Amino acid sequence: MKNSDLANTLAIFKREFLSYFNSPVLYVIVVIYLLASMGFTFFFGRFLDSDNASLTQTFFFWHPWIYIVLAPAVGMRLWSEEHRLGTFELLMTMPLSPWQAIVGKFVAAALVWAIGLALTFSIVITVSWLGNPDPGPMITGYVASYMYALGCLAVTSAASAYTRSQVVCFIVSVALCILLTLIGYPGIVDSVVRTLPGSLEGLVRFVSYLSFMDHFYEMTKGIFVIRDVLYFVSVIVVALIITHLGLRSKRA
Amino acid sequence: MIQVQNLRKEFGAKVAVDNVSFTVEKGEVLGFLGPNGAGKSTSMRMVTGYFRPTSGSIKIGGVDMLENPELAKKSIGYLPENAPLYSDMTVASFLGFCAEVRGITGAAKSKAIDRVLDLCFLHRVRNQSVDTLSKGYRHRTCFAQSIIHDPDILILDEPTDGLDPNQKHEVRQLIKNMGRNKAIIFSTHILEEVDAACSRAMIIDRGKVVADGTPESLRKLVPGCASLDEVFRSLTRSDLEK
Ligand SMILES: Nc1ncnc2c1ncn2[C@@H]1O[C@H](COP(=O)(O)OP(=O)(O)O)[C@@H](O)[C@H]1O
Ligand SMILES: [Mg+2]
Repeated sequence: MKNSDLANTLAIFKREFLSYFNSPVLYVIVVIYLLASMGFTFFFGRFLDSDNASLTQTFFFWHPWIYIVLAPAVGMRLWSEEHRLGTFELLMTMPLSPWQAIVGKFVAAALVWAIGLALTFSIVITVSWLGNPDPGPMITGYVASYMYALGCLAVTSAASAYTRSQVVCFIVSVALCILLTLIGYPGIVDSVVRTLPGSLEGLVRFVSYLSFMDHFYEMTKGIFVIRDVLYFVSVIVVALIITHLGLRSKRA
Repeated sequence: MIQVQNLRKEFGAKVAVDNVSFTVEKGEVLGFLGPNGAGKSTSMRMVTGYFRPTSGSIKIGGVDMLENPELAKKSIGYLPENAPLYSDMTVASFLGFCAEVRGITGAAKSKAIDRVLDLCFLHRVRNQSVDTLSKGYRHRTCFAQSIIHDPDILILDEPTDGLDPNQKHEVRQLIKNMGRNKAIIFSTHILEEVDAACSRAMIIDRGKVVADGTPESLRKLVPGCASLDEVFRSLTRSDLEK
């Protein structure tokens, strides 16, 4: 039983993963991603001027904003496309559990981002060559960045379960990712706290604690925080459960 | 092989399938006849485990579809309406994927693919992208998918829809031949198909079974009606009259 579960998940994963490479969208997105992450770093982040070549402040700073747009662009086809083509019906009448399909597809999209992130390694090499960076923040920065991407992807997976339109899925996912980012944006949180009565500060702080940004910052500071990784893992689990509910509602 | 009892499906206030019961044994080909919107597809979607029935029971080879769907689905091959396919795959890679999900791998997988390519006359388009196939080929590719694991039970939703007369004839022939050692349900609104391929037929109208029997007995069902066509029209009402 266990073995066939894994085999099913792998079969779904393989098809999904290969399908990304059949689509020009992936290549466009990866190029935009590389240009954006490099561009932001060099031009807006004054990467070369900063006296210590710390990746944390410059390179990773812009990643959330890149993911907010690009992760939904990669993930919008996850379930929307199955609904549109009608292959969802075919898949759900095959001897596999919906969870195997949900996980297989999500892991395929996650691996695509891992490759994208790996391609940014040239910047790490530049930093190593220019300065003498501390590897700690670099590693946690990469973990934080990847977790952010996965969080956005999981949100997109959930949205795609409910609609057959990739455009609707994209717009809804971007909006949700922006929301989950902004409620924890330090400047915004502080000004909200200042305008609201003090008694509500606890609530605002709590909501901001739920945001992606809060946990992202903690991690990029260079302290490897299991708690923050666990936060993103729970976001992913919740989003996949919502995906499952969405798929089930289509079969009700 | 297929035992369906008191199947009912509601979509909100609308009753799409109402108290449908039937059994299909090995060697039988059951035709679902009915006008558009009668509930043929909805019934098949419940039998294949895609829709959850509002009430009723479905047993597939003795296995309860609602209690043990993954096991029950193993013995079913299904051709959904409109023959959905992954548009970014080739015919062979699509069939390979379907084989893998059904636990057929390695050499057995290549053999299974070759077998269904033969049966469905698909060798010529083996490595063609599904996207560029004509409608008849798309249909046959999805049909091939449904028999890749040589299932005991075949459920085909309008398998001849959109095919030209030659292809229709081939598919009917295929169904008839496979019907000898499988339990098959297929839906259609083309009456000649009942004579051509079915050992039994059920006429469904607005979710209810209004007639069930051999094509011969159905023909004699309504006094004064000589052909199946007339029987069909006297028992069912078209969409327009609802
Ligand atoms: N997912 C759904 N939601 C709501 N109504 C549906 C759904 N699927 C089918 N129906 C309705 O159920 C009825 C039966 O449809 P269907 O089974 O597709 O008919 P047939 O296949 O016999 O043409 C139709 O009136 C249709 O509008
Ligand atoms: Mg139908």
